[in-house]
Amino acid sequence: MSKTISKNIPATTKTNGVHKMVSTKRLEVLKTYKIYIGGKFPRTESGRYYIAEDNAGNNLANMCLSSRKDFREAVIAARSAFGDWSAKAANNRGQILYRIAEMLEGRRAQFKEELIKQNLSAAEAENEVNLSVDRLIYYAGWCDKFQQVFSSVNPVASSHFNFSTPEPTGVVSVIAPQNSSLLGLVSVIAPVIAGGNTCVVLASFAKPLCAVTFAEVLNSSDVPGGVVNILTGKVAELLPYFADHMDVNAIVYCENNVADKTLIKEKSALNLKRVVLYDKQNWDAQSPYFIMDNQEIKTTWHPIENIGGSKGSY
Amino acid sequence: MAKRDNTLKLKFDSARKFAPAPESRSAAKIKPKYDLFINGKFEKPLSKKYFDSTNPATGEKLSEVADSSAADVDKAVKAARNAFNSWSKLPAAERGKYIFRIARMVQERARELAIVETLDGGKPIRESRDFDVPTAANHFFYYAGWADKLEYAFPNRTAKPLGVAGQIIPWNFPLLMAAWKIAPALATGNTVVLKPAETTPLTAMLLAEIILEADLPPGVVNIITGAGSTGAAIVNHPDVNKIAFTGSTDVGKIIEKAIAGTDKKATLELGGKAANIIFEDAPLDQAVEGIVNGIFFNQGHVCCAGSRLYVQESVLESVLRKLKDRIETLIVGDPLDKNTDVGAINSKQQYDQIMKYIKIGINEGSDMFQSSCTLPSKGLYIPPTIFSNVAQSSRIAQEEIFGPVLTIQSFRTDDEVIEKANNTPYGLSAGVWTDKGSKIFNLTTKLRAGVVWANTFNKFDPTSPFGGYKESGYGREGGLHGLAPYLNLV
Amino acid sequence: MAEKILTLPDFTIPARIDKVGVEERADRFTKRSIKKETKVKGLMLALNMIDLTTLEGKDTEGKVRQMCYKAVHLLDSYPNLPTVAAVCVYPEMVRIAKKAVGDSGVKVASVATAFPSGQSSLKIKLEETRYAVDEGADEIDMVISRGKFLRGEYNYVFDEIAAVKEACGPARLKVILETGELITFDKIRKASDIAMYAGADFIKTSTGKIPAASSIPVTLVMLEAIRDYYYKTGIMIGMKPAGGISKSKVALHYLVMVNEILGEDWMNNKWFRFGASSLANDVLMQLMKEKTGVYQGKDYFTID
Repeated sequence: MSKTISKNIPATTKTNGVHKMVSTKRLEVLKTYKIYIGGKFPRTESGRYYIAEDNAGNNLANMCLSSRKDFREAVIAARSAFGDWSAKAANNRGQILYRIAEMLEGRRAQFKEELIKQNLSAAEAENEVNLSVDRLIYYAGWCDKFQQVFSSVNPVASSHFNFSTPEPTGVVSVIAPQNSSLLGLVSVIAPVIAGGNTCVVLASFAKPLCAVTFAEVLNSSDVPGGVVNILTGKVAELLPYFADHMDVNAIVYCENNVADKTLIKEKSALNLKRVVLYDKQNWDAQSPYFIMDNQEIKTTWHPIENIGGSKGSY
Repeated sequence: MAKRDNTLKLKFDSARKFAPAPESRSAAKIKPKYDLFINGKFEKPLSKKYFDSTNPATGEKLSEVADSSAADVDKAVKAARNAFNSWSKLPAAERGKYIFRIARMVQERARELAIVETLDGGKPIRESRDFDVPTAANHFFYYAGWADKLEYAFPNRTAKPLGVAGQIIPWNFPLLMAAWKIAPALATGNTVVLKPAETTPLTAMLLAEIILEADLPPGVVNIITGAGSTGAAIVNHPDVNKIAFTGSTDVGKIIEKAIAGTDKKATLELGGKAANIIFEDAPLDQAVEGIVNGIFFNQGHVCCAGSRLYVQESVLESVLRKLKDRIETLIVGDPLDKNTDVGAINSKQQYDQIMKYIKIGINEGSDMFQSSCTLPSKGLYIPPTIFSNVAQSSRIAQEEIFGPVLTIQSFRTDDEVIEKANNTPYGLSAGVWTDKGSKIFNLTTKLRAGVVWANTFNKFDPTSPFGGYKESGYGREGGLHGLAPYLNLV
Repeated sequence: MAEKILTLPDFTIPARIDKVGVEERADRFTKRSIKKETKVKGLMLALNMIDLTTLEGKDTEGKVRQMCYKAVHLLDSYPNLPTVAAVCVYPEMVRIAKKAVGDSGVKVASVATAFPSGQSSLKIKLEETRYAVDEGADEIDMVISRGKFLRGEYNYVFDEIAAVKEACGPARLKVILETGELITFDKIRKASDIAMYAGADFIKTSTGKIPAASSIPVTLVMLEAIRDYYYKTGIMIGMKPAGGISKSKVALHYLVMVNEILGEDWMNNKWFRFGASSLANDVLMQLMKEKTGVYQGKDYFTID
């Protein structure tokens, strides 16, 4: 547990079965930061942890140091969630993303507090929470629109009806931005799931608190278990598995570390994972092109019978 | 096999016996030797080496082409880099006009290109004449028109060319693949270094002549010949911004590793093992034709070939019988004969590969049926071959054979066949045959493949995006979606 | 014919034919390049498969006699030419035609059953059929009741064909579907099946009395029906496309198709016919061209 912070708050004593306020120091209930796999909050199977600190070196929390086996379990959860999530009505996905925003809005204070603990000023924290909520709403709106913008009906020369539409690529492993606790995380998760993919996300190592709290937000909104799985841990340790797992279809990476990027590309070649590299973005950006980064284009053909005397004249 | 003896047999011997109707070779002028097309000139290779290009139908030597060394590749890339500046700044409409011009010249020389394609690659003249060459011309024509309209293609983004595109193409559709690669690259303002496959370089060199004749600015398109090492030199060249590759999944993975840590973009169009699914309520005769087009088109040298046939058990017998009778009517032989349906296998290496898989199929205990046609005594030919009683776990049902070999599995229910069809690392194409509309859309949605043909198969069009899911590669070629892989969207 | 118990298909189930696929397949036959000896052989065969036809209100004895003479003497200056397969006339002209073709081997076919519309009672149709057979017809070309068929009265259509077949006695029965009135390939396929199961010896596309006549795709659908019937029963059924085939090149494409769908057993006039009148002269001109190397003019070939 993180270090004990006591505040001068009213405590209670029990008289005749009734709690009564007594002016004394109350021991704060501290939060256990766990990981999020398949809609559940287990601890890492490895039993390992690391201590998240603020800039001043104060301990913030004991975080799970997730292992490759945690990742393996998370991929299984993401894969089994993919079928239903990708088949869900786009409009429904939009409402679920909106619901996440609602839940996040309701927990503004908690996120602000965590962001401040992780070295943001109150104004910055306020701004980051606001942007994160708005970002979710932005992508909620895209869920049933990007397909229209990026589809095409193709006027082939033969007697066929032919159209191309985006489809989710599948299970996406995501190394979340390391410099941002909440906004970066939300900015990479939202377009991935808005497009019907499921994902396994490795949270920022140094600023992990919001990721776990965000998992709680996801869990209390209508996102089915397994659609988003969130691990905390070391990038260097988990990156190879994020990149070479044969049942992962794409990987998103947001840093500018050449060695990491090279490793991702090399390992991804094993099953030709789609590699999506965002060089250290400040995450002021939002666009449907981020959704398209994890989409496949499917083209469908079907013959058109040309029968009848009208010859197209009415 | 025993069953065949009990059935009434239709006789097709005479259906295969036409008087020879060879396309005249005189319309094709093949030079004895082709140099490298670099910077708008035909230049001798710095390597000073040449290799033969032969006719797989006869084994005769057709010509010699240059073997590019890394130094030749460097020269070509430099030429492309130099040309990039002015080409990308040329008014887009003018760029388009050059590409239109190429399209027209391909049409003008269509007959010659078709003959050379057939001589060099072994594909039936009917296919090169009716499919490869016209589709190649149409591809140029289609992308030519995009050049000055890119701002309409990408809402809220500005399209910028990438720079020098290194393009490596396979031997199964040599001219068409060159068109698929060059046309969008030029339309988007990139310059090109293209390498045709070593067994089929000749139509690319004819295309180089056309490009020269079209007066394209020097260096905008460079065409260099060579084998795998030349391709590797293109991939590894530090001044190449984009790799477009069509070929095997193995080589695709090597390329992917090779460009790791660089800023090179890539499009990979790789192998496939497409499921072609026939439901009991399908238009069966058209489905049989779809099976035949799916696997015997171009001798089965097609990455999106419908090589895994799934037939609902209630119609399995009927489909098999129709299919066998249809196969009996296929004319296998001289690719230059206008009546040939199935031509020569492209190379000895590929021939051995296919024969290896046929042996594996026999050893695995599947039932083999081959056309009773007689093969030409000379040249590389394999009769149309089908294996029935194949299991999902048979090697011939899992691995890409790239030849006229079909595996047939039966299935019972919709969900069973969807699962089996998707049970492969590949995801290039798929086919589904049923008369029921809602079932079609269920299947076309659930099949994890980039192109799904419903009640048809192996159809292509310049406006239609093509490319794979999973290990069949990434990026699209053709259509609106074929533009993005050659652009930075800012 | 083999004694066999047939299970009738359920004709209420729609046939499933994809038109675009049919047209693509049909197109392939037209891509065959037929040269030299194959061409000559094919042209001879085509001639021998023709049902030379006159079915007009203004037909007279004189007209029929002249046509019959042509049927037997296609081009006397060309040695070893075959005759056509048959002449096709109205019942009233059967006796005249029969006499005119004599012992040449040319068959006499008669249309019957209220040709071309088929709009009459079964009783009259059967009487007309018997009359034509009595007059000496070797073959009867009946029409199906398209109105009933399109209303879904498949049993009526089936029973009518079966009754006419019985009335034919020894004469072979060709059943005209009038495909131009059935419109879709699904319906053409179904009508083909009904006709064959009801006893047709031949199925035939058209009367020649409406603009939409036979075509390669329509004939392909019917040939595939014949093949499937043969697969199931072992019984061979003949095919006769009629109307609109006037060029030898097209006739050769039809022959390529028959050969590739049904095989060489069908490559004779017992099992395949062309219902055409102007085709014969075009074939003769082509044969002459092959023989002499000179392109021919129509004034050198007799009409009728």
